[in-house]
Order: sequence, then C-alpha cells, then structure tokens
Amino acid sequence: MITLQDVQFSYKKNKPLFDHLNLTLQPGFIYGLLGKNGAGKTSLLKHIAGLLYPDAGVCNIFGYEAQARNPEMLQDIFLVPEEFALPGVLPASYVKLHAPFYSKFNYEQLNRYLAEFDIPTDTKLANMSYGQKKKFLISFALATNARLLILDEPTNGLDIPSKSQFRKIMASALDEEKVVIISTHQVRDLENLIDNVVVLEKGHIIFNRNIAEISERMAFEHNLRGVDETEILYAEDMQGRRAGIVKNQSGLETRVDLELLFNGIVKDAAVINNHLTY
Amino acid sequence: MEFRESQAIYLQIAERFFENILQKKWTSGDKIPSIRDMAVEFEVNPNTTMRTFNYLQDKGVIYNKRGIGYFLADDGLEKTIALKKEQFLQEELPLFLRTMQLLGLSLDDLKAYVQKHPLAGS
Repeated sequence: MITLQDVQFSYKKNKPLFDHLNLTLQPGFIYGLLGKNGAGKTSLLKHIAGLLYPDAGVCNIFGYEAQARNPEMLQDIFLVPEEFALPGVLPASYVKLHAPFYSKFNYEQLNRYLAEFDIPTDTKLANMSYGQKKKFLISFALATNARLLILDEPTNGLDIPSKSQFRKIMASALDEEKVVIISTHQVRDLENLIDNVVVLEKGHIIFNRNIAEISERMAFEHNLRGVDETEILYAEDMQGRRAGIVKNQSGLETRVDLELLFNGIVKDAAVINNHLTY
Repeated sequence: MEFRESQAIYLQIAERFFENILQKKWTSGDKIPSIRDMAVEFEVNPNTTMRTFNYLQDKGVIYNKRGIGYFLADDGLEKTIALKKEQFLQEELPLFLRTMQLLGLSLDDLKAYVQKHPLAGS
C-alpha cells in the first residue's frame, strides 16, 4: 500500500504546490492521475518515487519512507518519466547495466515486449526516435516486475498501433500485487485501462474513486435535452449540444466518459463527491 | 476494440460473449479464454473482464472450475437466449414501438411489409 499523509511542498516560498495532501493507493489497481497543466502531477509522482522530498508530511511506499531511498524499496519501483535521455549504447548493453538492480527482472518478458513493440536491437538508444525510446523504457519498466509502476504520460509519442499494443501489454502485466499510476492528459487512450480516477487540483487530491462505483451512481449523457434539471450534476456545451453528468436512476451501469467526469470534478468536485457518498 | 455505446464496458464485453455463444463459436462445456486473455484482447483492465465473468457466472451462463478456468454451462445457450429475449423485449422493443408510433406505422403495416419482403435467411 502507498500512503501520502499531510504532504506539504513548495518550490517557492509562500507558494505551496501541495498543501496537506493525502492519498492512499491499493495494490491490484491502475490509478489514472488527472490534473490540469501545472497542477503538480509530475511533482507528486516524484514524491512517490523518492525523487522529491516533502517539506512536511510522509510518503510511505510499501512500508518504507520514500525519501530514505532504501535500496529494497528502489528495486520495487520504476518510474517512466515524460522527458528522459537515454545513453548512446545498444539496448542489450543498457539492459546488462541496469537490470541487475532489480531482483525480479525477467529477461524473457523484456524480449517479448521489445518484439511486440518492434524495437530494433542493432540501433543505439540515443539514435532511436522518441516513440521507440519510450517503448523501450516501458518494456524495461514492466520487465523489472517492480510492485510500483509509475508512468508519466506513457502514450505521448506513441503511434496508433503502439497505443493498442501498450494497452494489451498493460492488461497482461497487472496483478493483485502491483500498483500502477498513470498520469495522463490523453484520457481517450487509457479510458478502459484505468480503474481508479484520481484528480489533483490546487494542492489537494480532490477526487479518488473507482470506475465501477462511478458508473453505478452516475450516467454520462451526450444529449441532455429532455432531462430534468434536478437530475443534472454537471453540464457543458459539446458540439452544439448540451452534454453532461446526470444521476443514474436506471440501475443500468453506463460507460464512464473520463473527459466529462474530469470537467465536472474540476468545476465542482463537491457536487460529484457528494452524489457518490450519500 | 473500440467501444462506442453508452453501456458499461464490462457489459459490452458480455455482449461479445453472447455473440460467440449464439453463433455457436463456443458450445456447452467449452473452456473459454481466461480473464487475463480477454483483458488483453479487449485492451481493458483485467478488473473489468473479471466483472464480466462474475456477471455471466451470476446469470448461470458460465461456471468456474477452481484452478482450471471458466467453462460454458450446459444450458449456456438456452440461458443466453432467455437473457437476450428479455433484453430485446425490455430495451429494444419499446424504442422500436416508439419509432413506429412516430411514423404512424401499425403492426398490420409491418406484417404486410414482411410478407412482401421476406427477410434474408429466415
């Protein structure tokens, strides 16, 4: 389990980025971390990985304090950043150098992922395209079998077939021990992979719920005409029509539209949270 | 796979199972692909396909042999037909009737039409 308790952090004096931030993540789930630009998603991920230290509060990762950077913890964490540099060596040399740090590293798995992603073995990493580098790093990350996998904008730079391969590989890699955190703006790419939606806004976690729970209580409508106003939790204009989130009275579970959900939460998280809690 | 309908994803995947059963791709006693295989095929979270399997098990369409996997029930086809019939009568028929009403079509009009244009394969 991962718990962030009362985390406070600021890059500049008197401008707190996190203000008593609390977050709990359970194994066996893929968490989608959403937030506007500048909300602090990447900084939050760095706190969890022990790469940034809180000014106050605690980040506890599987029983270790993240900032202690205990090797036992580090071999169970892998972070794929949005921006990264890879050295001018062949994939095999990189693997030889880095894999020994991860006690559960599986070479067979790595080769399978690299083949699925069509990564050349005879090209130096630094000379690969951004998308190829990213796919290499994702493959390596999954092959470490780290219990905590953090992916910052993983589908950025991936071509259309690679996005589908990425979803397949993620579906095959999740197990009940793993915590996966994916930060993204590309909600359409990952809509069906995420089973918990976490929203970071103004220094707090303003939302953290399971998709199944959301789809039981709320319905996402692309045309609100004829819907009673008291049923509407959030509405916006979408291509000339009124779309929105309504109370789900039918008992039938509907598909969660992550874009609408995110917009609704950012507009008024209390309305959405209260409806899910009552 | 691209999901478009407004139904929850796990129910849309259940619809694919029903198609396979109605088209007899799967028959009684057949072992069906695992929760994880299905998650990979549909590119969804395995927790989602697990809900599909639980739903179909509740409906008696599939059953679980511990440690071996999931199988299509002996009366899986009959159960599927009953479920789909109920779904047709409760969800699709009202929409159909509403459209008929809007267009001013009567059941006799439809009967006459079907007699003139026999449906392919029926």
